[in-house]
Amino acid sequence: MGFPDRIERTVEIAHPPARVWAALTTAEGLGSWFGNAATIDLRPGGAAQLTWTDGQKASMRIERVEEPTVFGYTWGIYGLPDDDPRHTYVEFTLVPTGTGTRLTVVETGFAQLPDDEYRTAFGANTDGWAHELGELVEYLDANAA
Amino acid sequence: MPTRPDIEAVAEEVFTALADSSRRAILAALAAGGPATATDLATRLPITRQAIAKHLALLAEAGLVAAEPGERRRVRYRLRSAPMQVAQQFLAALARDWDRQLDALQEHLNTLAADRPARTKKAKERS
Repeated sequence: MGFPDRIERTVEIAHPPARVWAALTTAEGLGSWFGNAATIDLRPGGAAQLTWTDGQKASMRIERVEEPTVFGYTWGIYGLPDDDPRHTYVEFTLVPTGTGTRLTVVETGFAQLPDDEYRTAFGANTDGWAHELGELVEYLDANAA
Repeated sequence: MPTRPDIEAVAEEVFTALADSSRRAILAALAAGGPATATDLATRLPITRQAIAKHLALLAEAGLVAAEPGERRRVRYRLRSAPMQVAQQFLAALARDWDRQLDALQEHLNTLAADRPARTKKAKERS
């Protein structure tokens, strides 16, 4: 039960949505508060990349662009290989308030299943390994004598 | 979601394996040096061969190492990364620090506002 799939935060920001939107969706904005530098092709299907001075990188695929209320992207799960199919989806929602913006960020997909290849590996493992190992050990014991 | 308990179970097996210092040492040795036999591991680690064999059997049953035929018919054990990557998903969720990022966003916006009428942060830094 402990596997967290969804992370959600809401913050009240004392700046209007247009400003927050710019910080979230421009290379200048993203490269200031999120990474140390950024590139972004702001359209659904477009690519964005964050880089940090320590050499880390994050590649994103833009999924939703509804200025100035919804910005969504997918990116890889930290620590998994770059070509791993598992990705999380991050969505920022901006709601104007009397004093600024209510910003909500939701990231989902941490608990997604591995793809079929991995699933097959897991399944095969639970069925067969104890049995196969037993046979192997018997074989080796028989041959060691 | 009948499949959900599967990744839970996989993550749990990884963390259970990692909770024991001998098993951590065995997994670390396989990660660092590649596939090895129980005998190889016994020469490299301060763990008896019997204990290593016992731990390897447990790790193999959990799918964290795979047994494969090696030279002279000795069984070699290879680290399996798929379960580790499931555990990594779990760790990534715990390590995702949106609180810090959102603080940085607010700070960025406050700095921009304070900088006005300077056009950008860079313009200010240059001056």
